[in-house]
Amino acid sequence: MTTTADDPNAELNEKRGVIARSWAFLLELWQVLTRPSSVFALGTLVLAGFVAGVIFWGGFNTALEITNTEKFCTGCHEMKDNVYAELKSTVHFSNRSGVRATCPDCHVPHNWTDKIARKMQASKEVWGKIFGTIDTREKFVDHRLELAAHEWARFKANDSLECRNCHSADSMDITKQSPRASVAHQRFLFTKEKTCIDCHKGIAHQLPDMRGVPGWQ
Amino acid sequence: MMKRSAIILLAFAIAAGTGSLTAQTMSSRLRGPTPLNDEGPAPPMLPNRNTSEREVRNYPEQPPVIPHNIDGYQVDLNGNKCLSCHARARTAESQAPMVSITHFMDRDGQFLASVSPRRFFCTECHVPQNTANPPVSNDFTDIDTLLSRASPGGRR
Repeated sequence: MTTTADDPNAELNEKRGVIARSWAFLLELWQVLTRPSSVFALGTLVLAGFVAGVIFWGGFNTALEITNTEKFCTGCHEMKDNVYAELKSTVHFSNRSGVRATCPDCHVPHNWTDKIARKMQASKEVWGKIFGTIDTREKFVDHRLELAAHEWARFKANDSLECRNCHSADSMDITKQSPRASVAHQRFLFTKEKTCIDCHKGIAHQLPDMRGVPGWQ
Repeated sequence: MMKRSAIILLAFAIAAGTGSLTAQTMSSRLRGPTPLNDEGPAPPMLPNRNTSEREVRNYPEQPPVIPHNIDGYQVDLNGNKCLSCHARARTAESQAPMVSITHFMDRDGQFLASVSPRRFFCTECHVPQNTANPPVSNDFTDIDTLLSRASPGGRR
């Protein structure tokens, strides 16, 4: 922190004063935290720590689960007017058995570590929301290929894990499938030659410009 | 006097006409017994024929019908789901019939490298078939049947 000679000394001293004072505060805090308590009983501290831990952990998970709902995802118009509107006409939204796949069922991994990793990644989406990266339909359409490519890459990398949370190849009764589906699943899925997303792109949302995407014209 | 009797006659005629209309229960095979001014219940939607087996064409120029479901297939500027199986380069993997060579021709008969834009929208001509019984029967007779019938002028 270098300053030129003609800067007023008073301002410099004041600045130094703030830094020095906060440094002193941090040192004091460190000393308090590292020394054993002379006021509270060990039991009180343990109990308080336990309660605080429960509150923190419960609060953290509750907040995590709130951000993992269809209602939260469609709270932004970017999701509500684009991808959610498109989902509504598909079989994953409304079907004969009434089971619905909500946004996080497909877009957030279900096991804890992968979920936290995805949530940290999603902080970039908060950035996008704040700066309006896709806040109009036109901007969304312009970004659609990039956004879709992210999802395809994720599904491809984890062998369509989020599909397989519900659709297991082991539970598939190919005799109940149409002849076409039965043949394709036996040839490509059961042999592990392909994964779900290789053939089933665009089943829940409209597709971006597919030129250059393998398997598309 | 003439004018009044004419008006009375007209009134009778109108009354008789509307009376007979309301008295009649209109019934047809398409509408059922629903009165003309009501909308009847919609018939249940039936599934498509999903055999994946080619169906016979009624005449050689008929666009082949689609023997499978195409629900949610996107065919627009961004992509063509049908072509991801029926395109030339995809048929080995999909074992689906390739789109006809006529689809590569522009309107001057020149062959293009890929499917001509005017043939891009498959469902303009090719459609899946429903399992519903048609409410109006069809007595279309194909040319082979016509030719094999004994002709009045004797065999040619």
